[in-house]
Amino acid sequence: MSLVLTRFREAPLSAWIGIALVLLIGLAAIFAPLLAPFPETEVVGPQYSPWAAPYYLGTDALGRDVLSRMIYGARNTVGIALLTTVLAFLLGAAFGLLAATLGGWVDTVASRVVDVLMAVPSLIFALLVLTITGTSVVALILVIAVLDSTRVYRLSRAVAQGILTMDYVEVARMRGEGLFWIIRREVLPNAAAPLIAEFGLRFCFVFLFISALSFLGLGLQPPIADWGSMVRESAKLISFADFSTWQTATFGLAPLLPAGAIAILTVAVNLIVDWVLHLASGLEE
Amino acid sequence: MSPILKIILSRLAMGFLTLLIVSVLIFSAIELLPGDIATETLGQSATEETVAAFKERFNLNEPMHLRYLYWLQDAIHGDFGVSLSNQRPIAELIASRAENTFFLAGYAALIAVPVALVLGMLAALYRNTAFDKGVSGATLAAISFPEFFVAYILVLIFSVALGWFPSLSSVDAGIGLGERLYRTFLPALTLTLIVVAHMMRMTRAAIINLLALPYVEMAHLKGMRRWRVIAVHALPNALAPIINVVALNLAYLVVGVVLVEVVFVYPGLGQLLVDSVSNRDVPIVQAACLIFAATYILLNMAADILSIIANPRLLHPR
Amino acid sequence: MTDATDLLLDIRHLTIEGKSGGQWHPIVKGVDLTLRRGEILGLIGESGAGKSTLGLAAMGYTKSGCRIAGGRIRFDGQDLVGASARTLRGLRGKRIAYVAQSAAAAFNPAYRLIRQYCEAPVRHGVMSRAEAERDAVQLYREMQLPSPDEIGFRYPHQVSGGQLQRAMTAMAMACRPDLIIFDEPTTALDVTTQIEVLAAIRKVVREHHTAAIYITHDLAVVAQMADRIKVLLKGDEVEEAETRRMLSDPREDYTKSLWAVRDFRRSPPQPVPEAAPMLELAGIDASYGAAKVLDGINLSVNRGETVAVVGESGSGKSTAARVIMGLLQPDRGEVRLDGIALPATSRRRPKDLQRRVQMIHQMADTALNPKHRIREVLGRPLEFFLGLRRDARERRIRELLSMIELDPDRFIDRLPAELSGGQKQRVCIARALAAEPEFIICDEVTSALDQIVAEGILRLLDRLQREMGLTYLFITHDLATVRSIADTVVVMQKGRIVEQGPKDAMFQPPHHPYTELLLSSVPEMDPDWLDRVLEERRAAC
Repeated sequence: MSLVLTRFREAPLSAWIGIALVLLIGLAAIFAPLLAPFPETEVVGPQYSPWAAPYYLGTDALGRDVLSRMIYGARNTVGIALLTTVLAFLLGAAFGLLAATLGGWVDTVASRVVDVLMAVPSLIFALLVLTITGTSVVALILVIAVLDSTRVYRLSRAVAQGILTMDYVEVARMRGEGLFWIIRREVLPNAAAPLIAEFGLRFCFVFLFISALSFLGLGLQPPIADWGSMVRESAKLISFADFSTWQTATFGLAPLLPAGAIAILTVAVNLIVDWVLHLASGLEE
Repeated sequence: MSPILKIILSRLAMGFLTLLIVSVLIFSAIELLPGDIATETLGQSATEETVAAFKERFNLNEPMHLRYLYWLQDAIHGDFGVSLSNQRPIAELIASRAENTFFLAGYAALIAVPVALVLGMLAALYRNTAFDKGVSGATLAAISFPEFFVAYILVLIFSVALGWFPSLSSVDAGIGLGERLYRTFLPALTLTLIVVAHMMRMTRAAIINLLALPYVEMAHLKGMRRWRVIAVHALPNALAPIINVVALNLAYLVVGVVLVEVVFVYPGLGQLLVDSVSNRDVPIVQAACLIFAATYILLNMAADILSIIANPRLLHPR
Repeated sequence: MTDATDLLLDIRHLTIEGKSGGQWHPIVKGVDLTLRRGEILGLIGESGAGKSTLGLAAMGYTKSGCRIAGGRIRFDGQDLVGASARTLRGLRGKRIAYVAQSAAAAFNPAYRLIRQYCEAPVRHGVMSRAEAERDAVQLYREMQLPSPDEIGFRYPHQVSGGQLQRAMTAMAMACRPDLIIFDEPTTALDVTTQIEVLAAIRKVVREHHTAAIYITHDLAVVAQMADRIKVLLKGDEVEEAETRRMLSDPREDYTKSLWAVRDFRRSPPQPVPEAAPMLELAGIDASYGAAKVLDGINLSVNRGETVAVVGESGSGKSTAARVIMGLLQPDRGEVRLDGIALPATSRRRPKDLQRRVQMIHQMADTALNPKHRIREVLGRPLEFFLGLRRDARERRIRELLSMIELDPDRFIDRLPAELSGGQKQRVCIARALAAEPEFIICDEVTSALDQIVAEGILRLLDRLQREMGLTYLFITHDLATVRSIADTVVVMQKGRIVEQGPKDAMFQPPHHPYTELLLSSVPEMDPDWLDRVLEERRAAC
């Protein structure tokens, strides 16, 4: 435990910035109802109010408070992305580790299925499936989780295969240890660092993916507040940005607020991932 | 048969097999659609005769595997059937849009590939300098940003603030190449920025791996000039990884185009695909997905084969 | 001292530092080195001695992440420290050349050998392409390469390791340099190949009167090659002397200990009269895919003895170990323990059988899980095989650590990364002992270790055998190890056993021709050994 603390103390500034931003957005998501000045979907004022109290970030085309929707948006978008990533991870890592450890036909079948799923770009695949299922939140989560689990499968299988060729696994096999003991005690502790880093990267990918679908109008559906949809709803305003006064300029910046929030969260997670990967490579030495 | 020919043929076979399996997946989409496609299309009020005629016309009475074969045969000949929403032939709808999409992707690729390769090599050569760190930071940001964020920033700067380029890329068959390049500059620049970041990072990593190899050090110890070591000793061996990097990103480009087309309201295949998904116009979605998937698979297959050819161990067997 | 005009290389108080963990640490600590024209200096030391770093510094070169922190390097009157890149380029490849340890990695896979040969002479303006190609064939002939006229037109992967190493020496000779740095050029080769390469290198270097720095960890090799020997330890010079004096009369304790390593002989155990052998391999055939690796192996091991299986790479000796352990299923034949046939795969063997036969791997680094502390490494087999828990297990872990001469209090909570190479191998031995086995396979257990450390491991294994009545199957390519520890020797070649018998008989003529070749190829500490063997082989032809 003290080792973990030391690592934290030695973390570079970039990692600290990442951690702080993720914490900030995480807190906003958890305590959204307490923090948001107005409800998520209610019309609370005139349309297109400028950035001034009580609408600190103005109101949208229907007169809903943008700041409140940003805060609820964090909850909805991040929550769904997190759930999807966890699902993708459980699915991909479980199959990847099993395929690597068991080998044989399990490995062959699983790997071929993954090959086919990965032969088509995820976005195209997702669009095809969403045409059939329609745009419900459950369909969205399941489709993206399955598509994304293919990358997790590839990585965890490769990492596990690398570990399984090590002599210490051979020693365990010669001792007569069972399959799950080997996965739990020999493989997992050594696969942890790359898998944690991968979790961060996958989260970014899923988060961007959901935002992109929402932006296309195929993800989370109105009136739910969600950053991708908010970009879509206010996209046209950018052409009316006018830098002559502060008020007119903020008006045109409307789509950049949610888009910037998406960018900031992904950058923050990437900064943490870089640090974790750096730590992992340092531990190898 | 020489072993390299054998490997190439097997990769070709694998590629086409994958394409075939994917086409089955895409075809079965229409089968999985809830409800009956005839009533769905013609509406609840359609008479039995019209439904029967519709089914006859689209071979809906045939078993599924036969319908797949008809569909595939037609698709290969460029006939994707008619749109469910407006009954127009899909081939007609798609032709000019596909052309626009490939034009935009090609435009971006022409800028992105040389820029990314040069930047990647420079970053690898001058690694851990301020230049390298600056480029790495910028690429990390570009990778993390969603496509539409990059797009809107560019619009804000070049279109709204400076007024140099249009924020909407409307093109039609009548305009000349110069005008077309001008109007599609911002979408192409958006795609370029995103793809360059990925491609540059991967090129840098590939070159750095290579520079640590003993034979590169040996070339230094033979008193060779720095540029000669890179150009003669490192680059020919970097071909395979670089080919893979380029192909991967070109494939990504073809997909990234979908979002960028929507931002700039560009009349391409991606925009059509997104609209059709909203309308649940399955035949169009199938056609567009098939074109995107085929491009992606063929690009990856080409990269695979090129990097096999670039491997001296396979090219000159024992 | 030396005549000023005769002095080729003069290194004074050279300090080289390497960066690790953000800080600079010295690798070479103020070493002096002089070399006259045509002279061969042997640089010898264990891993981490700084001998390769020093060798590269003679070319004014440091690996990335290293820097010259002080001192002077003067080559033929020219200062190399702080010299311009242009000056250094003019010397490298033309007047100072380099021969790397792994020729397979040091040749560019994309070009034919002769093209790489011609690069230095053509680029340095020494000769034209056509002249260089003619010259290459000449040097390939001098290096005794087969079909010298056409071998240059092959790609590196089409040529064997020993031939590549000779082709690289020819390439180094291309501009007829004044100095060649040989960085462990034969370490990766089998002994029978090594002797050919050594002979070829020595011949060409002497005939062209080229000075050389010959870096190696093998004393017997350096004895054949060098006029003078310099011994390094952790970046410091220990001593330096003319070869014969250094071999016969080392002054420093460290040098003496290096010399003494090869003299270890274990006292032969009391012969145990026993009718049946403990472990038998009967008619074993095994293959990897289509490639047959073992062909009709019959082998028996008596209780309490040490059987050494010797062979070069590809002889199938490690495969035999895998078959015994049940990691590879043989195509034919069976393995018997105390007369009872063992199931072919380890998964089908009862726990008690698995407990009785243990194996120790070559690379202790990969044989220990980096995330498991020593308590866990040793505790698991105790719990698994013997059902020991809590206090009983803890007590036994401490006993085991004492047995392998590691202080339990200091080591029990360590991770493998916090151990030295020799300590890791000791922990692997303790893990095998934890199962309370009767039979242990030692697969090249000392070949990744420095000689002094390796000797410590051999002595430990010997002591444990006497105390616990263990039986060893020792797999090795090193005949010095065989001499030290074996009772019975089995010689393998290309998947077959070519000869087996008691050690003393095996080291006495008459031999099977392959055993003869193997035995006569092992370098000896005598500086005249190489001449003598070559002479004998010539006479035999």
